Parts: sequence; structure tokens; C-alpha cells
Amino acid sequence: MGDVSDAVARAFRDEWGRIISSLIRTTGDWDIAEEAAQDAFAQALEKWAVDGVPRSPGAWLTTVARNRALDRLRRDKTRASKYQEIAVTTDDEPGENHAVVDDRLRLIFTCCHPALPLEGQVALTLRTLAGLTTAEIARAFLVPEPTMAKRLVRAKAKIQNAGIPYRVPPPELLADRTHAVLGVLYLLFNEGYSATSGDDVVRAHLCDEAIRLTTALTELMPDEPEAVGLLSLMQLHDARRVGRVDGHGDLLPLEEQDRSTWDLDVIRAAIARLEAAERVGERGPYQLQAAIAACHAIAPVAAATDWARIAALYDQLVGMIPSPIVRLNRAVAVGMAVAPEAALVLLDELADELSGFHLFHATRGDMLRRMGSFGAAIEAFSSAMELAPTGSERRFLRRRIDELG
Amino acid sequence: MKYLLFICTDEATEAENATADRTAEYAKWAQEAATRGVLVGGERLRPTTDATTVRVRNGELLVADGPFAETKEQIGGYFVIDVPNIDDAVKAASMLPGAHDGTIEVRPIWEM
Repeated sequence: MGDVSDAVARAFRDEWGRIISSLIRTTGDWDIAEEAAQDAFAQALEKWAVDGVPRSPGAWLTTVARNRALDRLRRDKTRASKYQEIAVTTDDEPGENHAVVDDRLRLIFTCCHPALPLEGQVALTLRTLAGLTTAEIARAFLVPEPTMAKRLVRAKAKIQNAGIPYRVPPPELLADRTHAVLGVLYLLFNEGYSATSGDDVVRAHLCDEAIRLTTALTELMPDEPEAVGLLSLMQLHDARRVGRVDGHGDLLPLEEQDRSTWDLDVIRAAIARLEAAERVGERGPYQLQAAIAACHAIAPVAAATDWARIAALYDQLVGMIPSPIVRLNRAVAVGMAVAPEAALVLLDELADELSGFHLFHATRGDMLRRMGSFGAAIEAFSSAMELAPTGSERRFLRRRIDELG
Repeated sequence: MKYLLFICTDEATEAENATADRTAEYAKWAQEAATRGVLVGGERLRPTTDATTVRVRNGELLVADGPFAETKEQIGGYFVIDVPNIDDAVKAASMLPGAHDGTIEVRPIWEM
């Protein structure tokens, strides 16, 4: 029996997104697709225990789920006529080759459609593609389950009511929309990555889901180097996840982390993947960020970090994303590569935009400390402490001030 | 599907903007939409100073002067278009002059 439930669990991980995405295309109804897929997995648990696990679990589940969906459509005659009409119109999408396009790709672009609220995009991606339950998603985003259920219902209703097409966007929209999909996946990863305490296992699980979905995306869009860039970036962070907090769950700065906790195999694989993608063409923002993360990840000790290369990469990144946060990070890199005085010049240019942001003051404090201007450094760290949003960050800044005082 | 495109712009600046050029740009958009067969209708609206809000609460008719919400931007006109999906509706909306200095609200028409 254990073997059967293992087989079903494995099939669930491998096949859920595939089954749901093809059912949505053929039925045009997200709820029927979901229920039919759930039924198929429930049946698998019973049948496989008696008949044994079929040779191709995916094909078995797809057939059972499709039959369930057709039953539902037939039973509900009025819905059937309405939705069959929709199914036909989505099938008529011009310029799409149905034999080639994986339905999961249609599904992810639809889940991440910009006409949906961002929180709805994230929830729908986790529910339909990753197969997380509403309860699991609610726990991961720290909201009550009914709230999350409502969010999912609303997102699905908007897809139907606003005419969001179930398709891979046409070429003129593809670049923007791919960027939106990558943005949702990265947000998913960061939600999980920001979880630091042991109680946050569910949230940390989001990192694994984000990596799994991004891996699938790189397989579905092999010509998209930014998808590979994002995957490498996630893995380079994930490989160092354990070492970035101390025993109390407080975040440690890079130079104080125990680098022996980093997973070198994952780091090496991520870098190899990144380098292969770089040969394809111009590097986009995710590839650049991954390249920066790689510089940190391969340094055996903090002092060996290639800050000159990091600063050069940030120069390129600022050219693409001139946001104050990217410029702040560039200032840090310049400070480390050249001199803290050079960083302060760059930081002054950001004062108007970032004076309310604790990391701006923390960075200034750190540069002033490196210059030996301890009084000014303490002042900057104190400003940072007033603005810091978490206790963990306030404790870290307090420690810095005490070291100087 | 039919979509209503609300053209929401700042009336104060819209008055200055309502030059012959601007009007011609809207006319050109409408002409192109009509040629493609997606235009259902549309009008420019009088400013919100001429607006009247109608509500019925507990059986009582409440008629008030002014638009339904006081915001920086007001609905200055609308088009109804008939296109296959939201991507096409958004594309049409993005080509309206008002999309550049105001906002276009895209609302699906509730087909009865």
C-alpha cells in the first residue's frame, strides 16, 4: 500500500500540471478541470492498490481525468453547450501549433496574465501548475484559508469574464509576458526565501516549488536564456540558504556566513547552466543577477570575492534596471572594489530617493566604518535601526553600533 | 467579446489638450478601429461639472450633482469595441491618446 501511495504521490508531482492544463484547454472550464483531475488521483489510489501501478501512470490518469470531465460536461447540459463553444474558440487561436505547444506553457502564461491581480497570479500558479492545495497556499502566504479560496475564485472568474485567452501570447507580446512570468516565479521564490525560522517550513517549500516550476519553464522555452538565468539565480541562493542565518534565525551578512554549509554541487551546476545560456546572446537582468550571485558563491572566503567583476556586472544591470535599489547595490560593489569614498559619492546621489530605506543608511554606515569615520558610522547605523522593519535586522544593527562604540 | 474603454483623464488639462490635433488623433483611432471592424460605438462626454449621479437607497431616489467619485481623473469619453480577447482590448486601449496622460479602464460588457 505504501508503494501505491508513493507512486500516486510521484505521479501527482510529475503529472498534475500537465493533466490540469490539458483539461482546461479541452473543457474551457477551470473548475471542472480541477475536480476531474482530483477525482482521477483519488481513483488511482483505489485502483492501483488492486490492479497494480500502470506502466504509464500519466497516460492512465489523463484518460480517467478526461472521462470524468466529459461526464461532468454531459451531465451539466447548459454548461456543456456554453463551454464547448469556448473550447472551440480557444482551439481556433491563429498562429499556434497545438501539436507542439505544451499546455502547461499556455497555463502558466494565463495564470500570470497582467490583467489578474499579482496575488491572484501567484495563488493560481501554485494551485493549478504546482498542485498545492488551497490550505497549503494559504499557510504559505500567512492568510486565512477562506481568504485564499476567495482569491482563487476571483482570479478564475476574471479569466472567464474578462476574456483572458488560454494561450501562449503571440510574438509581439511574448517578451513582455515572459518577463511577467519570470517575475511571478521569482516572487514565489523570494516569498519562500524570506522565511528564516523553523516554523516556516511551508514557506521554505515555496523555494522548491519555484525552482521546480522554473525548471519546467526552461524545458518548455529552451530558447529563453533569461529563464535559465532565473533558474541559476534561484539555485545559487538556495544552495546557500542554510548558512545565511545564525542559531537564533537571525540573518548573517555574507562575510560572517559559514561557507562550508554552502552546497557546492548545486552552485557548480547552476554556474555551468548559466555559462551555457550566456553563449546564446546578450545577457538579460536575471542572467546578470545570477552572474553576480555566482561571484559570491565561488569565493572560498569573503576576502576573495571578485568585487571588481561584481561592480562591472552591476554597471550593466543599472543600464537595464536603473532602479534605486540596483544603484544602491552597485554602490556597495564599487565601495568594495575601489574605495568606500567612491561608494559614498554614489550613495549621495541616492539620498533623495532612499532616505526612508533602512539599507541605504546601513550601507552608508558600513562604508563610513570602513573609512574609520566611526562617529558618522554610528549615526548612520542609528538611522537605519529606526527604519529597520524586523527585529532581526535591528539586532544586527545594534551589534554593529556596539562594535564601534 | 465586447469591451467598454473608459477614457479617464484629468479634465483640467484635458481642456487645454482638446486641440484640433488631439481631436484628430481620437478620430484617427476611431477610423482605424472602424476599418478593422472592431468599433461598436463611442462618444466624448461633457465634463463632470455637468454630471449627475443617481442612486436609490431604501426606495428613496437620491440625485446629486457631480461624478460618482472625486478623483484626479474623470471619465471623459468612451468607446465600445468588439475584439476576440483582453489582449486585443488592451492593445486597442493602449493606442488611445488618453492612455498616455490618463488611464483607460477596460471593462468587459456583461452579455445578457
